[in-house]
Amino acid sequence: MTLLSVRNLRAYYQTEAYGISRTVQAVDGISFDLFPNEIYGVAGESSCGKTTLIKVISGNIKHPLKVLEGSVIYNFNGYQVDMLQISEDELRRNVRWKQISYVMQGSMSVLNPVRKVIKTFEDIVRTHEGITDKKKFLEQTRAHINRLGLPTDVLNAYPHQLSGGMRQRVAIALATVFQPALIIADEPTTALDVVVQRGVLHMIKDIQAMSKNTVLLVTHDMAVHANVTDRMMIMYAGRIAEEAPTESIFNAPLHPYTQHLINSLPMIGEKTTRTSLGGSPPNLANPPGGCRFHPRCPHVMDECRTVVPDLVTVKERHRVACHLFKEDSV
Amino acid sequence: MSTSEKLLDVQHVTVKFHIGGLLGGTFLTAVNDVSFSLESNKPEIFTLAGESGSGKTTLSRVLLRDLEPTAGRVLFEGRDVSTIRKRSEFIEFMKKVQPVFQNPFETFSPLRRVEAYLFDTANNFKMASNDRDAARVVDDALRNVGLSLDEVRQRYPHELSGGQIQRVSVARALISQPRLILADEPVSMVDASLRMEIVNLFRKLRDEKGVSVLYITHDLATAYYISDRIAIMLRGYIVEMGPVEDVLERPAHPYTQLLKESVPEPAPQKRETWARHIELGATEVKEYGRIGCKFAGRCPKVMDICREADPPNVQVGQQMVKCYLYSERGEKAAAEAQP
Ligand SMILES: Nc1ncnc2c1ncn2[C@@H]1O[C@H](COP(=O)(O)OP(=O)(O)OP(=O)(O)O)[C@@H](O)[C@H]1O
Ligand SMILES: Nc1ncnc2c1ncn2[C@@H]1O[C@H](COP(=O)(O)OP(=O)(O)OP(=O)(O)O)[C@@H](O)[C@H]1O
Ligand SMILES: [Mg+2]
Ligand SMILES: [Mg+2]
Repeated sequence: MTLLSVRNLRAYYQTEAYGISRTVQAVDGISFDLFPNEIYGVAGESSCGKTTLIKVISGNIKHPLKVLEGSVIYNFNGYQVDMLQISEDELRRNVRWKQISYVMQGSMSVLNPVRKVIKTFEDIVRTHEGITDKKKFLEQTRAHINRLGLPTDVLNAYPHQLSGGMRQRVAIALATVFQPALIIADEPTTALDVVVQRGVLHMIKDIQAMSKNTVLLVTHDMAVHANVTDRMMIMYAGRIAEEAPTESIFNAPLHPYTQHLINSLPMIGEKTTRTSLGGSPPNLANPPGGCRFHPRCPHVMDECRTVVPDLVTVKERHRVACHLFKEDSV
Repeated sequence: MSTSEKLLDVQHVTVKFHIGGLLGGTFLTAVNDVSFSLESNKPEIFTLAGESGSGKTTLSRVLLRDLEPTAGRVLFEGRDVSTIRKRSEFIEFMKKVQPVFQNPFETFSPLRRVEAYLFDTANNFKMASNDRDAARVVDDALRNVGLSLDEVRQRYPHELSGGQIQRVSVARALISQPRLILADEPVSMVDASLRMEIVNLFRKLRDEKGVSVLYITHDLATAYYISDRIAIMLRGYIVEMGPVEDVLERPAHPYTQLLKESVPEPAPQKRETWARHIELGATEVKEYGRIGCKFAGRCPKVMDICREADPPNVQVGQQMVKCYLYSERGEKAAAEAQP
């Protein structure tokens, strides 16, 4: 069974200012599936389109973001949702919080600074769900917070009274009270120290293990993927460069970009110079033709400059978009 | 050594914040008796790492003269920065000490185009004599961080990704050709490759231009990679300080040990240690208010004495460690506790 099936998704930002129109090709032909009971990672350099992809699949498509092509289909245990067709009303009533929870990048600010944590949550839930039994809902929330090992008095605290890590854990805890089928977390630990990061990520893993749902974890931090995700995709300039089980990404990367990414990671105990990729990150308003990685690729060939490589399956559960590899070639 | 040989000399700096109601309430000592210095003739990259909410940003605000310390003082090029009063002196100071902030979205107003900030900086510090010159200065700075003026022109902050906007703020700091860069989490929002680009850039600035960098970060791997020395902060105190190799390869303080163990390694086959469950401090205020060592509530090696009074600073090899485990008094207490 597939939880989410994304096909040939193309989503661009189209802006007009002072008569100059600009199109940013942030998501450009992405296809992938998510299955129940897995932690799936999305990695890739900053501005490659990770957050944009998440916005589209979570149904947060607002001007200037436009979907030009493709499909985003969910199957929540028989309840089918076409994310690109669904009405805002149905999305709010049946999908958000219940089926899909989205912990946004910088979500610490989601909590209203002048309201107690629990009030913020009541506000959100009220607009989304029409809670009839407030007492039952409060009990459910307390029980959930407890199960996750957080003290229940955090609910009565103001956000500024909590540490950054605690705020983030509270935001995640609240997003998962209704045990959604899909939890999307965009850079949930970027501003935190590694000890707190570890605690927050442990909590995400615990929630997943408890509810057997699917987690989509977006972060550019490869070391986090290595420790948390089961499968992952590497994005480059709005497209998927490679997708594989996390172990294979680290131990047998195929795409030259992935290989570079893995080799550039610094480690304590090693001071040898790590080089960054030559060239500049692609400008998505005017991306290179053919393979978008070609201007920075050490293995570039003629066809890379003109032909967009297909994402082909080279072995079980391992897909790569690079002219060096053909179907079942490895 | 006379202080004039120091670029930056931080002497017993303490910052207290009043928290709670207007009447009553309590104090939180966000920076507690912190001292360290950077040499003038030996540019270095000095890392300030540690917990979220341990006082790193507060300390850097003091260094930037954005905040008066409650006690202690800061000398820059031998001069107490609190004596800088004249606007011209302040501009001269800011030209030499440039910040890169943690949250670029706070640096850039959503209503202004980002290039406006870069041109302002070039003009304020008189780095260019005309518009064309200014454009070149700005473009140079942007190219140092993998962007170009063409790419950011006409754009508002929300039209750039998190990483792009952060690179713009590093570029802004480079415009005045400073002697000291205070970089507060400059790479937390960018990916590994770009991270290496930015930290390699700091290294290059140190080696080729003699620029010192105070690098505030949670990323111990890049800290290890570029810095000469490191200080680990916990609830306002520096609990360990020394050459980065010593501190990160052989951490002495139990908190530094936990910190090092929590660094995720980019190797899926080594998940075990990292996956071991840990306890987190619940609220900052509680730990800040603790008597004795702030880590006592979570320390696996805690002794009674740790809950009684502040641990002393002890020299262990090249490292300074604030912990009873290494002090005579602590050893005695431990011996007495034995049956
Ligand atoms: N509202 C917007 N209007 C125009 N362009 C945008 C907008 N939001 C993002 N972009 C552009 O879309 C591209 C992809 O941005 P996105 O935020 O998806 O990147 P990301 O991979 O999440 O990056 P990061 O790791 O830095 O968060 C970038 O070039 C960015 O500048
Ligand atoms: N203006 C203020 N008033 C009261 N308390 C403050 C103020 N500024 C900071 N604090 C508190 O001082 C402590 C240290 O904060 P600071 O921002 O310096 O930490 P940090 O080490 O930079 O954290 P992070 O790694 O999360 O950036 C925190 O408990 C914070 O809540
Ligand atoms: Mg993003
Ligand atoms: Mg800070």
